[in-house]
Amino acid sequence: MKRLAAAAPLGALAAFWPAAVLAEMRWNFPEPATPIARDTLAIHNEFMLVITTLFVTVFAIMIYSLVKHRKSAGHAPAKFSGPTGAVQWFWVLVPFALLLFIDFVLMGIPAFHAVLDMEDTKTRADMVVKVTGMQWKWQYEYPDDNIRYISTLTTPAEQIANQESKGEHYLLEVDNPLVLPVGKKVRVLLTATDVIHTWWVPQFGVKRDAIPGFIRETWVKIEKPGTYRGQCAELCGKGHGFMPVVVEALPEAEYVAWRDAKKTALAQAAAGADRAWSKDELVAQGKEVYAKQCAVCHQPEGQGLPPAFPALAGSKVINQPLLGPDGKPRPDSHVDRVMNGKAGTAMQAFKNTLSDVELAAVITFERNSFGNKLGDMVQPAQIKSLR
Amino acid sequence: MNTATTTVPGSLSGHQHGEPHPSGLMRWLTTTNHKDIGTMYMTFALIMFFVGGIMILAVRAELFTPGLQLMQPEFFNQLIGVHALVMIFAALMPAATGFANWQIPLMIGAPDMALPRLNNWGFWLLPPAAILLTLPFTLALFGIGDGALATGWTFYAPLSVQGGLGVDFAIFAVHILGISSILGSINIIVTIFNLRAPGMTMMKLPLFCWGWLITAFLLIATIPVLAGAVTMLLTDRHFGTHFFNAAGGGDPILFQHLFWFFGHPEVYILLLPVWGLMPHVLSTFSRKPVYGYKAQVYGFWGIGILSVVVWAHHFFTAGMPVPALIYFMYSTMAISLPLAVLFFCWIATMWRGSMSFETPMLFATGFIVLFGIAGLTGLVLADVAADAQYHHSYFVVAHFHYALFAGGIMGVMTGVYYWLPKWTGRMYSETLGKWHFWLTVISFNLTFMPQFFLGLAGMPRRIPDYALQFAEFNALSTIGAFVLGISQLIFAWNIWQCVRGRGAPATARVWENAEGLEWELSSPPPHHSWEVRPQVK
Repeated sequence: MKRLAAAAPLGALAAFWPAAVLAEMRWNFPEPATPIARDTLAIHNEFMLVITTLFVTVFAIMIYSLVKHRKSAGHAPAKFSGPTGAVQWFWVLVPFALLLFIDFVLMGIPAFHAVLDMEDTKTRADMVVKVTGMQWKWQYEYPDDNIRYISTLTTPAEQIANQESKGEHYLLEVDNPLVLPVGKKVRVLLTATDVIHTWWVPQFGVKRDAIPGFIRETWVKIEKPGTYRGQCAELCGKGHGFMPVVVEALPEAEYVAWRDAKKTALAQAAAGADRAWSKDELVAQGKEVYAKQCAVCHQPEGQGLPPAFPALAGSKVINQPLLGPDGKPRPDSHVDRVMNGKAGTAMQAFKNTLSDVELAAVITFERNSFGNKLGDMVQPAQIKSLR
Repeated sequence: MNTATTTVPGSLSGHQHGEPHPSGLMRWLTTTNHKDIGTMYMTFALIMFFVGGIMILAVRAELFTPGLQLMQPEFFNQLIGVHALVMIFAALMPAATGFANWQIPLMIGAPDMALPRLNNWGFWLLPPAAILLTLPFTLALFGIGDGALATGWTFYAPLSVQGGLGVDFAIFAVHILGISSILGSINIIVTIFNLRAPGMTMMKLPLFCWGWLITAFLLIATIPVLAGAVTMLLTDRHFGTHFFNAAGGGDPILFQHLFWFFGHPEVYILLLPVWGLMPHVLSTFSRKPVYGYKAQVYGFWGIGILSVVVWAHHFFTAGMPVPALIYFMYSTMAISLPLAVLFFCWIATMWRGSMSFETPMLFATGFIVLFGIAGLTGLVLADVAADAQYHHSYFVVAHFHYALFAGGIMGVMTGVYYWLPKWTGRMYSETLGKWHFWLTVISFNLTFMPQFFLGLAGMPRRIPDYALQFAEFNALSTIGAFVLGISQLIFAWNIWQCVRGRGAPATARVWENAEGLEWELSSPPPHHSWEVRPQVK
């Protein structure tokens, strides 16, 4: 009775809304793309059927009673306060036995097999990908191929602030998606650098926490090429809603081509660490790195969001000499802070995620921007020697 | 249950009437009277219900359309966490304790609670705790700190280690609230064990008192674990320990184990008092004895015991060994069995009765149906594989609001409408009560039913902005939330009218078929409830 009453306004609203809007409303899991997701959807559908049947049966009995056994209908109250006699005990125990069957057989057995399947990360894995969550981006690493890069949100701030109209993949678009081959069992290792994040792509049917200091794992075997989108699912600070997961699934041959091209590009970038860079080059590249990695906390103009995220403009850490008398970075110096982070704060150790060139560039940029006029620079080679 | 009474001579209170009582503010500050303290608990709960409600309406307003309109994500994160803490610790728990204070002495034939001064202290710890919890919002306006707790109510480390002073404020608020709960629980246990009327054996104890007794034991068992967990968090934050930091040999997941060892029983702590009062209401308005009294008592015990061994289903996605996953899955499913016993008894109490649908009965039937949805979705959430999809999504948000709003808050409303005439001596407006019920039920479903679908479609919880495919359901949910919020003003007005004596005078029995010792006393009851102990046969 209550549910009908509740459904009425929903139905009325739906009737007045354009059909196009209604078509966009999704009522169930998105289309599955992995064996696990297909399994999960099937189990979910079965369970929904079971609980809907339970709901309807139980409350049909109750509603019958609500209608029939009313004072206004002249029904005289019975006096019983428990089962009496074998027949009544039988009818009391039947629902109990049914529920036992539903819990541990009808639902329990498929659930058991699904769990075993989902946790079967190690057998016959074709490749391994390491996913590292960090505030508020993902790093993807292919340990066998020495590929490592960061994936960040590309939705412009203007769209989020409602100054521009929102794009089709609003908040679900990134610069460098995770690229995976179709039809291969991929073992996914997860960890985090700062707080707990959760890696989730609904169409894969898996969701697993990325925990700082520990490795967790899951697996995917994507069945169809395409782009799959998801989000971080564990509250991880102010950027929690803004760290999407995008996975590009390619046919084997295309994946291999992508992998080789990426390897070459990364090797070329790494080679850059060995040559001497000019200050202008570093500042120009540092500006790009800053916009992607630093601006979300320290803000585009370096004013920060104190007290959690200190200003870089006029910062004490930046406005001190880079190196001590022995030629090494001083403890708590600018280089040290960017490379090693600061424990207990959101400032992470960027040496784990940025290349020598990127680190040198962003440090040099910060020392010569936002009103900081130190005029000095740090070379990628110097950073390399500090690792 | 047989509640026929005779009186035995002898006054218990030892008070001489006419001795001076403080009046005005001092009356409330110094009172040791269970009814005054109960009233303060209920009033506090109602105020905080609106405070927590306003917070979440701001959140729903932000979520009305995609994009950031009204607030920045930092503030959004503060609102969702403090909303939960306020609703759980400052609205639902005090409301339940308010019921206990008002009703337990009346129902077991005692003059007052066993430990009246402790009782006073138990209440007066609450306002400072509520202030601590919400003060950081105000401090931030003056440039001190960066606002309240922004980690959600779960305090998960290491996010909470990273957070600002709002976390410290919340930790101390939780400590104080915990002390208050433990004091209240001790008082309830002592009262029930020692002050029952002659002839009232434990198996004649009213079910409401049974529900609360189990709640009290659960509180004493689990609150210290929460207090320990947040203290460890405090020392991690300020004193260089590494309980939750892997770099120092700790483990962030340890926090989740400790938190949910408290957190899961907490669900039943909130619900057991409601399950306790339900049979009284159903029996009264079905004009028929409670069905399966013993089964319900054993059901309470079963749920109470199971509730402390299932905690890890709150973080299946954190990853754990397969045997642990299987154990927590099956033990969680097992809770459906004692819970089904309760549902069976509720419906069997109505079955072949002679029902009438005054407001308390409407809320009770609404409670059974909507709480049924919470129970059934809880059953599917227990499945580890499907849980990977539901977890951290709006599906879970919808599920626990069916449990804690439809189950908890609507249960409290059932009790308030049922006993308000007893407390105030005035009948509330039945017309307004019915409006309140129908508006609440319809707008509640409009708010939370879409959230099930949002979760299935893949919307994570606790995000301040969302992808365009989630826009329609979010808009619906926000409309529902505002109607739901505004409807509660009817509730407050209805109560206020009774409190200031508008409305028809209530008889002692109030409801035609009400059974139990509390209905033997006048409405409102005398200052010292049972000066002469009733004899229960």
